[in-house]
Amino acid sequence: MLLALFTTFFKIGLFTIGGGYAMIPLIEREVVERKGWISKEEFLNLMAIAQSAPGVFAVNISIFIGYRMRKTVGSIFCATGTVLPSIIIILAIAMFAGNYRENPVVENVFKGIRPAVIALILTPTIRLASGAGFDHWTWLAALVVAMLIWRVGISPIWIIFVTIVCAVLFYIIKFRRE
Amino acid sequence: MGAALIWFKLFWSFFKIGLFGFGGGYGMISLIQNEVVEKQAWISNSEFTDIVAVSQMTPGPIGINSATYVGFKAIENAGMTRTQAVLGSLLASFSVMLPSFIIMLLISAFFMRYQNHPSVRTVLAWLRPVVVGMLAAAVLLLLNEENLGSFKTDKLQFYVSIALFASAFAVTYVWRVNPIKVILLSGLFGGLFYSLLPA
Repeated sequence: MLLALFTTFFKIGLFTIGGGYAMIPLIEREVVERKGWISKEEFLNLMAIAQSAPGVFAVNISIFIGYRMRKTVGSIFCATGTVLPSIIIILAIAMFAGNYRENPVVENVFKGIRPAVIALILTPTIRLASGAGFDHWTWLAALVVAMLIWRVGISPIWIIFVTIVCAVLFYIIKFRRE
Repeated sequence: MGAALIWFKLFWSFFKIGLFGFGGGYGMISLIQNEVVEKQAWISNSEFTDIVAVSQMTPGPIGINSATYVGFKAIENAGMTRTQAVLGSLLASFSVMLPSFIIMLLISAFFMRYQNHPSVRTVLAWLRPVVVGMLAAAVLLLLNEENLGSFKTDKLQFYVSIALFASAFAVTYVWRVNPIKVILLSGLFGGLFYSLLPA
């Protein structure tokens, strides 16, 4: 099990190109669909948690899944698996290939990858929302949040924070009535 | 004394970056720049820009990539050996992960214990559309000139990018093609198409 956690996250870390969000389609595929380690709903919960905690989003996700499977030892294996490919590759570049960035073929490869990676993030977004049984109101709420971040430029952390406060207040009021 | 100090400083700087770096890799970049370029002057501003570019073009989270690179450069620029520089990069990567590791363990333990409590369930139900909106915003923010090419100056790259975006979405959403295959194929396509294109 520990080895499976390590190799799965090593593979995910190896193909996470262009920041933490690029990891989401890979986790959805490997951890949610193929291995069934966590459910779609749990994955959505987990993303809110990983985003509100400090540090690297992708590493936070792997720590949580590791903990969920095999407590602290599991999270150490998952986190190590996630970061090891980057550490090896960056070290190789820092030591042997200083001019990697100026290589035109490398730049061309990334011209192809970048637009595809954006689409790869869109797919699990829609799939996770449908899997969590979204109705018209939840879709509308998601749309408003997307606009607040995209157009108004509010940080997702603030929106998460305000939502938690509102949800707690709502719960207290409802609980008192009952 | 000076030699021992740089190891401690490297640990402390990246520990702080890990602790206060909210909001993913891009939020962390400004923190790293402030600490590593402005305060400690371990690397120059142009070196830092290179690191950010390399981090975006290699696999892995940007926060970890830049920590690894800066750890190596800081020790190398201090005139130490390459073996020590490798240790520097491991130390920086470890330090940047340590705070979030501790915090995430605490949150995970709390979450496992109380996830079925009605109050926690209410909060999570409210957070679900927020997360979906957050992901949608990430997609919208990424659909920019830097990733797709400019519609004004390079129409060809722009249209090819839109086609790649649309087909990558179609094959993963409708036919559930593995994302790793899509990354490999789109990279292969970009490498061949743009390299063989007559200038």
